[in-house]
Amino acid sequence: MIRVIARLDIKGPNLIKGLQFDGHRVLGTAEEFAEIYYREGADELIYQDAVASLYRRNSLLDIVRRTAEKIFIPLTVAGGIRSVEDVRRLLRAGADKVAINTAAVENPRLLTDAARIFGSQCIVSSIEAYRRDDGACRVWVDYGREATDLDAVEWAKRVEQAGVGEILLTSIREDGMGRGYDLELTRAVSSAVSIPVIACGGAGRAADFPAPVAAGAAAVAAASVFHYRYARPKAGLATMQFAGKALRMGVHIDAGNIDFLNEGYGGMKFLMVEPCSISAAKAELRRKGLGVRGPHGNP
Amino acid sequence: MATPKIAILDYGVGNLFNVRRALDHVGAASAILRDPKAILRADKLVLPGVGAFEAGIARLRRDGLDRVVRDFRKTGRPILGICLGMQLLMTESEENGLHAGLGIVPGRVVRFRPPLPGRAPFKIPQIGWNSLEPARRAKGDPWRGTVLEGLPAGVSMYFVHSYRVQVADGADSLAVTAFGRDRFTSVLRRGNVSGCQFHPERSGDAGLALLRNFVQN
Repeated sequence: MIRVIARLDIKGPNLIKGLQFDGHRVLGTAEEFAEIYYREGADELIYQDAVASLYRRNSLLDIVRRTAEKIFIPLTVAGGIRSVEDVRRLLRAGADKVAINTAAVENPRLLTDAARIFGSQCIVSSIEAYRRDDGACRVWVDYGREATDLDAVEWAKRVEQAGVGEILLTSIREDGMGRGYDLELTRAVSSAVSIPVIACGGAGRAADFPAPVAAGAAAVAAASVFHYRYARPKAGLATMQFAGKALRMGVHIDAGNIDFLNEGYGGMKFLMVEPCSISAAKAELRRKGLGVRGPHGNP
Repeated sequence: MATPKIAILDYGVGNLFNVRRALDHVGAASAILRDPKAILRADKLVLPGVGAFEAGIARLRRDGLDRVVRDFRKTGRPILGICLGMQLLMTESEENGLHAGLGIVPGRVVRFRPPLPGRAPFKIPQIGWNSLEPARRAKGDPWRGTVLEGLPAGVSMYFVHSYRVQVADGADSLAVTAFGRDRFTSVLRRGNVSGCQFHPERSGDAGLALLRNFVQN
């Protein structure tokens, strides 16, 4: 079955989303979205700490712990994981897998050590790549802030050798843009390795989900296209995000600009995506003859 | 009914906390235990685990917990093995050489057969959701009186594994799942001992339903 994964980029307690890893908007609290996605039939969740690499630490322990009390599907946690001890802490807090990018590029042995100690099945290599017009695909680190000389396909082969169980492959170029997945990147990496590849970045509508699977992905992850569906305004509210003086998506929000939902962005009031539900994404996969998990696990 | 006390066997492998959280979510009072006396006082026993067979069985033996599991079985109280915990119940495993298991369920743990060149490709390990079919035809609920009671044929669960069990006695197989070139036993039961290859604690509502059956029945 093809997994449909909701990816939540997190800063503090908040779910954020940007375009090409930049210009982030706060959409609500991560925990509240996680519960919605669990209920709506997501097959897995990814928590990405958006500021972790910058501060060299993952700050999601408490959120992971609380999430694990309420959500009974696999949870992958990424961002700022630098040591075997970091992996241990996150797994103990309730993560099922951890995804490592920056620290693995600096020290590939971390992947080997972590896979040996905890098992390949819970160590994911996160590869964030930018494909240039000339076809070159370079690996980027620090949450899209720093380019490296590594070629994404060569790096994918190396992390497989290092013993990881999966690759989370994110296209920086397509992130948030809603133009569909980077199929060339997906195809190049999927055909170079024998471990499962999760395609991420670019889903703009339900119809975008089958293509990366045809290109070799075992799972599809998406953010904006789901976030904006479930952050949609409720009819009758004065603004899109406030009910009275309380934020509709939760009370824990302590930062972030949400004016865009009312005022638009740079004067333009539009989304890059046509929001869709998780079940609509699965319906498109099913229409192409691909197996997916139904509501409540029913066939 | 009093809250059933469930011992989650701690033999040093894998993440036991999510198993515990899921059991408590469906109304159990579970504890992660390694003390034989405390384990034998529990109403039910869960044998969890991820990782390699050889390391798992070695740690069970080192701590004398292999005997505890066998003693618990003799009490007739329910046991549930999850993933590697289910595989450890078997006679033996082919993972990295041939290793003896607990010998509670006759049969062997074997690797998935690899894809054939030129045929439909698939990737090992199996990581993801897959569906369960009844191992036998039956009138009404084929899974009545088992941990799968009330779940529909074709229900999806979350799997992470490279090896599968082959039961020697077909009657021990409750559910089968197809992956790659193999159809394997994904849920087994022999007497008071049940096992599932997938992770019910990560399988959403359906997985919680299995755990609720185990806790309440």
